[in-house]
Amino acid sequence: MAETDILLSVKDLHAFYGESHVLHGMTFDVPRGEVVTLLGRNGVGKTTTMRSIMGIVANRKGSIRHEGMEMVGLASNKIARQGIAYCPEERGIFSSLSVGENMLLPPVIKPGGLGLDDIYALFPRLLERTGSQGTKLSGGEQQMLAIARILRTGAKLLLLDEPTEGLAPVIVQQIGDIIRALRAKGFTILLVEQNFHFAATVADRHYVVEHGQVIDMIRNEDLAANMNKLKTYLGV
Amino acid sequence: MTTILGIPIQALFGQLLLGLINGAFYAMLSLGLALIFGLLNIVNFSHGALYMMGAFVAWLLLNEMGLDYWTALIVAPIVVALFGMVLERTMLCRLYKLDNLYGLLLTFGLALIIEGVFRQLYGISGMPYAVPSALAGGWNLGFMYLPIYRGWVVLASVVLCLGSWLLIEKTKLGAYLRAGTENATLVQAFGINVPLMITLTYGFGVGLAAIAGVLAAPIYSVNPLMGSNLIIVVFAVVVIGGMGSIMGAIVTGYLLGLVEGLTKVFYPEAASTVIFVLMGIVLLIKPAGLFGKGN
Repeated sequence: MAETDILLSVKDLHAFYGESHVLHGMTFDVPRGEVVTLLGRNGVGKTTTMRSIMGIVANRKGSIRHEGMEMVGLASNKIARQGIAYCPEERGIFSSLSVGENMLLPPVIKPGGLGLDDIYALFPRLLERTGSQGTKLSGGEQQMLAIARILRTGAKLLLLDEPTEGLAPVIVQQIGDIIRALRAKGFTILLVEQNFHFAATVADRHYVVEHGQVIDMIRNEDLAANMNKLKTYLGV
Repeated sequence: MTTILGIPIQALFGQLLLGLINGAFYAMLSLGLALIFGLLNIVNFSHGALYMMGAFVAWLLLNEMGLDYWTALIVAPIVVALFGMVLERTMLCRLYKLDNLYGLLLTFGLALIIEGVFRQLYGISGMPYAVPSALAGGWNLGFMYLPIYRGWVVLASVVLCLGSWLLIEKTKLGAYLRAGTENATLVQAFGINVPLMITLTYGFGVGLAAIAGVLAAPIYSVNPLMGSNLIIVVFAVVVIGGMGSIMGAIVTGYLLGLVEGLTKVFYPEAASTVIFVLMGIVLLIKPAGLFGKGN
C-alpha cells in the first residue's frame, strides 16, 4: 500500500502507567477512509493504546505518525488540533453542561466538520434533549452524544473506545449504522471492541491485541476463514 | 423610637448593613476560592494574603504614584492576578497530581511569607485610605443612615458576583471551565489548552480577591493582617456553601454576613462564633454543604 494512504501509523509504541509497562511495542497502520478495530480481551492494552495516541498517557515511547507528522512528544491538546477526535470508553458526558453545551464543547479545529443539521439528522433523539442535563440521558443517548459532539470539529480521524459497551442490542445496531454512515462520509475510524460480532459488521480490518502488542491482522473479508484462530485469541 | 423585639430599628438595620458589607466580601472571596478549588483542586490559603495585597497595591498607587481609587480598582487586580499567575506557574502547578493537603500547606506558607514581607515593610498598625470623594457622605433613608461608600461596596460586589456567575454558567468560556472542573483530561484531549485555562482561572480568582481588597481599603484600615482575619471565616463560608459550588459560595457569603449581623443585634457574644457553629451543623447534616452535589 502506498505511504500516502496511511492516515495513522503506530510503530513500536511503549506506554507506562507509573512503574508498570503496559504497551510493549504496538505496531499498526490505519489507512485513510477505513474502519479499523483493535480486538482483544480485557486488559491487553487497547484503551491504553487510544489514550497514548491522544497523549493522555504521557509516558510513552515509539512513534505515532498522523498525516506523516510525529506526535509522540505532543501534549494532548496539540494532538487533538492535528485533527484527531476521541470518544472515551466512559463516554465523558459532562453533568454540569446541558446536552446542547456538551455538543458544542469540543472546539472546531479545522474546516470540513459536519454541520449541526447533519449531526442531528444522524442523531435525531439528541435534538429533542438539547436542554437536558448531559448525564440525564440514557446510556445509549449518552453514547450517541459522545460520538456526535466530535463530528463538528473537522477532525477526520475518530478514536472510538468501546462505543457498544453495556448497550441494548437495538442501540448497538444503531451505532453500527452510524459508524457505517460516518465511513461513507469519509471519516477514518479506529475502534476498540471486545465484541467481534459487532466489529465484523462495521470494520475493514482488525488488529488482534495481546499483552500490549499486535499479534495478528485480519481483513474483514477474511474473518470467516479465520474465525477459529480469532476465537482462540479472544478466548471465546 | 420604633423597635422590633425590643431592638431599636436603627440599630437593627445598622447591623444588617454591616452584615451585608461583610457578606459582600465573603461572597467575592469565597467565589474565587470555589472557582480555584473546582479547577485546580487547591485549597488556596493564600487567598487572604492576596486580598490584602490588593488593598496594599491601591494604597501604594495612591501614596507613591498619586493614582486614585478608580485607577486602583483596575490596576490592583491586574497586578495581583499577574503575581498569582506567577505563583501558579512556578509552584502550584507542580501539586495538581498530589493530595490537596500539599496545596493547602504550600499556599498557607505563601500566605505567611507574603504577610510577613508586608509586616516587615509597613508594620501592623494599619494605614488609612480615604473614601473617594465621589462616594463620600451618606443618605438618610429614614429608617437608617446609609454611607454611600458602603452602598457602593454592596452594589459592586453583587455586580461582580453576578457577572462572574453569568460568565461561568452562560458562556462558552464558562462551559470549558465547568467541563474542565469535571474532567480536565478529556477537555484537553478535545484540543483546549487546559494548563493555560488553569493559570487564567487562578488569575481570575485572585484578581477578584484583589478587587475585594481595594473595595475594603477605605472601610477597614490597610494592614498586613487584614486578610488572615477574614480568610478563616471565608473558608467556613465555602464549606457551608459546598466546596466547588459557585452559586453556593455567593449565596452563602451574603447569607452568613447577614446572619452574623443579626447575631450581633440579638446575642453579640456569639457574633464571632455563629458561622462556625453553623458550619458544624451543616457538616453534620449535609457534609457536602448546602449547595454541594456530594460525592
